[in-house]
Amino acid sequence: MKDRAAIAGIGTTEYAKELDRSERRLALEAILAALDDAGLDPAEVDGLSCYSMEATEEVDIARNLGFGDLTYFGKVPYGGGAGCGVVGQAAMAVATGQCRVAIAWRSRKRGSRGSRPWAGVPSRVGGDQQRWTRPYGVLRPVDEIALLTRRYLHEYGATRDHLANVALAARRHANLNPAAMMFERKLTRDDYLSARWISEPLCLFDNCLESDGAAAVVITTTEQARDLRRPPALVHAWAQSLPRQHQTMTNFFCDDPMRGPAWACAAKLWALSDAGPADVDVAQLYDAFSPLVLLSLEGYGFCERGEAGAFTDDGGIEIGGRLPVNTSGGGMSEAYLHGFNLIVEAVRQVRGTSTAQVPDAELSLVTSGEGVPTGALLLRSDR
Amino acid sequence: MIEGLLLPDLDEESAPFFHYAAQGQLRVQRCAACGARRMPPRPMCPRCRSFDREWEQVSGRGTIWSFAVPHPPLLPAYAEMAPYNVVVVELAEDPGIRLVGNLVATAGGRLDEVDPADIRIGEPVQVVFPPPIDDGRGPVVLPRWTRLG
Repeated sequence: MKDRAAIAGIGTTEYAKELDRSERRLALEAILAALDDAGLDPAEVDGLSCYSMEATEEVDIARNLGFGDLTYFGKVPYGGGAGCGVVGQAAMAVATGQCRVAIAWRSRKRGSRGSRPWAGVPSRVGGDQQRWTRPYGVLRPVDEIALLTRRYLHEYGATRDHLANVALAARRHANLNPAAMMFERKLTRDDYLSARWISEPLCLFDNCLESDGAAAVVITTTEQARDLRRPPALVHAWAQSLPRQHQTMTNFFCDDPMRGPAWACAAKLWALSDAGPADVDVAQLYDAFSPLVLLSLEGYGFCERGEAGAFTDDGGIEIGGRLPVNTSGGGMSEAYLHGFNLIVEAVRQVRGTSTAQVPDAELSLVTSGEGVPTGALLLRSDR
Repeated sequence: MIEGLLLPDLDEESAPFFHYAAQGQLRVQRCAACGARRMPPRPMCPRCRSFDREWEQVSGRGTIWSFAVPHPPLLPAYAEMAPYNVVVVELAEDPGIRLVGNLVATAGGRLDEVDPADIRIGEPVQVVFPPPIDDGRGPVVLPRWTRLG
């Protein structure tokens, strides 16, 4: 399906710590904005794709927006690992003719039931992710990733300065983006190093933001997208992976925990693509926590295993660096929408409309959560 | 908001681990057909697809593979002890088998009684079995770890 489907429209609400509208209202606003961006009438939509953790329902979305008859709808599981699969599966449905115009979206409010599955737990915890960890005080996603991070720093000699590089790059990019929650908030290395701990070795600034907001994209055939309002972002390739013996978030029970889901996803992505990591102009790497960016840089082949820390040195992942990463500010400094805002930014880079634009960006990578079953999209400009 | 420490919800596959822990034994699930150990326990062996399994007693010695030190916000019973440590231990018999737990100074000790600044990856440790915790749904022994020697 290489280059046969394209993202033709993008739309978002504003992002904030707390918005007073419902998730449903936010979803409708973002989807309508994305359709308007593409120049398509809602009645033309015949496909829907979302996260299994999405709080808004297909029937609700379709009835409010006055969609026509839907012939494709699907969901992708595993929270922050889902986003690229959500868009990729919609693109696959378009490319195979199951539908012609698909919407993929994410609407999220941090205070809502279901948006924080680790809150409100019962006193007895089940499931293999929780039963063997929660009773010992591994209560939150940050505690799970802290265990992986300590091992990563130990094995490869990376330091907190490398984690800081990730947080600082995101913040500097957000300082250019008026839509970012941290647009006006500067962050220095001293701020980072003196911040309070959340779960050592991770501090406050190693964590993503907590946000309310929604974002949506419109996917259609490349042929149709070429006739629409905006330059299309072609879905050049996409991939998902749930690697062998993987256990979501608590991936330290497998043989090689530092080799996460990104590796299998990357192998498939590059196999389906005409390009390789060296051809990528700009990347949005899922950043619920700063170490996930380091793991993704290695998994997707931008550097060797264990070398991601050094890759981030000297502005390596900032504008003008080796590979500009998370150019809207990402989950750490724009908004945390389970990674969906990263997809919107990947499209902006291909269009040339990012607030931290990589000149003449042609190939734009976006990835979903590392440490969980994941996905990736490689977008291409139509030039 | 719940008051006490969280306890595992025991199912058919996980109950034997805690049953043996209550008897002061650390046991790991092993395929009865091909001998491959697996953690967490599960119904089928991913190597030979046998449903036959057994629980092998192990030495209870291992090394610290990694650790974290959570700080609030946390559930109240954990916040009260924070910052505390969480360790991942690799078993001496099989480095591919890892268990999550806590490093304590004494079997029944609090999770914050070891100074986190002194914990090192690679430290040898020995399993200990604290007194059971009872939340009204039956006592559960959560194995923890002490420094070896």
